[in-house]
Amino acid sequence: MSEHQGQTRSIRVEAMTRVEGEGGLDIRLLDGRIEQVNLNIFEPPRFFEAFLRGRPLEDVPDITARICGICPVAYQMSSVHALEAALGVEISPEIRRLRRLLYCGEWIESHALHVHMLNLPDFLGFDGALEMAQAHPERVERGLQIRKLGNQLLDRLGGRAIHPINVAVGGFYRAPTRGELSEFVKPFEAGLRLAEEATREIATLDFPVFDQAYDLVALVHPDEYPMNEGRIESCDGLSIAADEFPNHFVEQQVPHSTAMQAIRLETGKPYLLGPLARIQLAFERLAPEARRLADEVRFQPPCRNPFYGILARSLELVHAFAEAIDILKTYTPPRPPRIAYAYREAVGGAATEAPRGLLYHGYGIAADGKVTHANIVPPTSQNQGQIEADLRDYLPQVLSLPDREVADACEKLVRCYDPCISCSTHFLRVRIDRG
Amino acid sequence: MPAKPRLAVVKFASCDGCQLSLLSLEDELLRLAGKIEVAYFLEATSRIEPGPYDVVLVEGSITTADDATRIQQLRRAAKYLITIGACATAGGIQALKNWADSEEYLRAVYARPDYIRTLATSTAIADHVAVDFELRGCPINKHQLLEVLRSLLAGCQPRTPTYSVCVECKRRGSVCVMVAHGTPCLGPVTQAGCGAICPAYDRGCYGCFGPSDQPNLVPLTDHLRSIGMTPEQVVNSLRGFSGYAGEFRRESERLVESIGTIATGVGAAAVEPDVADSSGEWGDGQPGGDPK
Repeated sequence: MSEHQGQTRSIRVEAMTRVEGEGGLDIRLLDGRIEQVNLNIFEPPRFFEAFLRGRPLEDVPDITARICGICPVAYQMSSVHALEAALGVEISPEIRRLRRLLYCGEWIESHALHVHMLNLPDFLGFDGALEMAQAHPERVERGLQIRKLGNQLLDRLGGRAIHPINVAVGGFYRAPTRGELSEFVKPFEAGLRLAEEATREIATLDFPVFDQAYDLVALVHPDEYPMNEGRIESCDGLSIAADEFPNHFVEQQVPHSTAMQAIRLETGKPYLLGPLARIQLAFERLAPEARRLADEVRFQPPCRNPFYGILARSLELVHAFAEAIDILKTYTPPRPPRIAYAYREAVGGAATEAPRGLLYHGYGIAADGKVTHANIVPPTSQNQGQIEADLRDYLPQVLSLPDREVADACEKLVRCYDPCISCSTHFLRVRIDRG
Repeated sequence: MPAKPRLAVVKFASCDGCQLSLLSLEDELLRLAGKIEVAYFLEATSRIEPGPYDVVLVEGSITTADDATRIQQLRRAAKYLITIGACATAGGIQALKNWADSEEYLRAVYARPDYIRTLATSTAIADHVAVDFELRGCPINKHQLLEVLRSLLAGCQPRTPTYSVCVECKRRGSVCVMVAHGTPCLGPVTQAGCGAICPAYDRGCYGCFGPSDQPNLVPLTDHLRSIGMTPEQVVNSLRGFSGYAGEFRRESERLVESIGTIATGVGAAAVEPDVADSSGEWGDGQPGGDPK
């Protein structure tokens, strides 16, 4: 390509595919120099934080679930923990385990969707899972069966897989009986084997070489793999209580666009959440099955290549099955299923690990139990700055290709973060005009 | 329908959950994909084919001027247009802004509201274009979706029940939570389709499938008040995921009018609660703590 003074090259992905929600990608180069890299969100805003105000706090887990159809449990979990922190409610160990089990169901459902149906087609050269099924029916079938197990557990424990109805502030509306859950043990043991088999295959994929110096951030708990609670830690030594999140992470307007980007206050830079961050910061807390498998396929943190997200996610699938089996085998129904509480004027914040990374919720409640303010910071709006930074660093590798292929390569990179645009839309930049 | 009908799945303001239901048909998806040409489904495939389409599944509500234009174009490209879910059929939970000050909402959520262009309302697809069939629910029931697609493939008009959740509850053998425990429940006025899940999990129906055929709202809201709910709480319970749907909307607006102003969402309520507060699913309606 000949370069002239002042020549602009624009590369555009009008509508990204195989991501949750809708967004595009805008890249502009001037004389071969990267001028602008924007991940555009054209999902219309939905104003959850505004209409939560004035609602009874009991509505919050049901309403915030609707932010995302792929990870509703994450929204329910962060919201109930934040509200319980405000109310001073302490849940029982049995409720805590049952919540972890529910979260395992969602990790399985969400990770299986991303690994097998959204991300894998990129590595094998297909437009999507349906097209891939013609050449590799067994791979797609296996992915669907893994995902189905997660959905079935959510159905049983949550009432339904999408927007479960059984999560309450204080616990659950009804705890399943032992029999209702014990029948999952055998299918989940089979699911664990399927997930292990899939992970071995995924480890042999051809991964582009691209290492980034990430500031990785995740919840860290002394004896558990990050999920429902812990301190927020980073690989450079940050360690704070989860409710201190707003004091360390901010969304900032950046000058080159209408963007609100999340950065860490201490560093002034973006950071990365999600499977790569969790697996690096909590590798020793992975279930033995997942750790052994990581050794076997030679996955060794630190891994700073975003394209390996699919492998980290696959190992987390193995972990989720192993942990779910453990909880299922030792399940005792919590009595009561829901801890009592009294209203009080208070504020509370909490973070949990959504499949895509740390999800912070903060609420203010009035003495009559109504929400006075809500602050929700989903993982994709936090990752967005890092995704754009990665695109800038990745572009030089692919710029010699024709525009269409550059766009494809960039879209594949973006897909590796499993972005959930439906989640992030009401918080970050929104560009409503399409095309 | 042609031998291999062309399907498009399109989204507006929504959470993605209803279109995800299609991918959650784990046992049927691949067989279904053999009978239908998936011509446009951004969440599932990078293959994007232009219209016209034989069947268009529409998720989400209309909240921007651009989307109001887009739905018109889509209608022209669609032989058979089906709305899926509470957002597309009733405006969704984001329709709560229809009763609020949308400018204030913008300022409350965004640091730079001037970057955001949005309509003051969130409206159902049927408010903009003709809809051939609607699937209710937040989310839809994937088995109902499968049933609709099967009917269309067989050349039949799809049918889904329009009776109330109570029918499904009886069929499931659940104990009536309202009669037995005094738990507020919208089941008597809500359309079936979910399988009466909530009462089976010891809580009242929250109406996410919207009003059933000829629902009798006034006796129910009278009853809810008689078992201890404040008027404001009744209004809140109607203003949920299908709150802007016909009969639910009219009843909540009637109640608001009959009791004076209720500030839903923003600021404090003008109506004082009848009873001292205690915790519970709907505040005063049900004692908090150990529910059983």
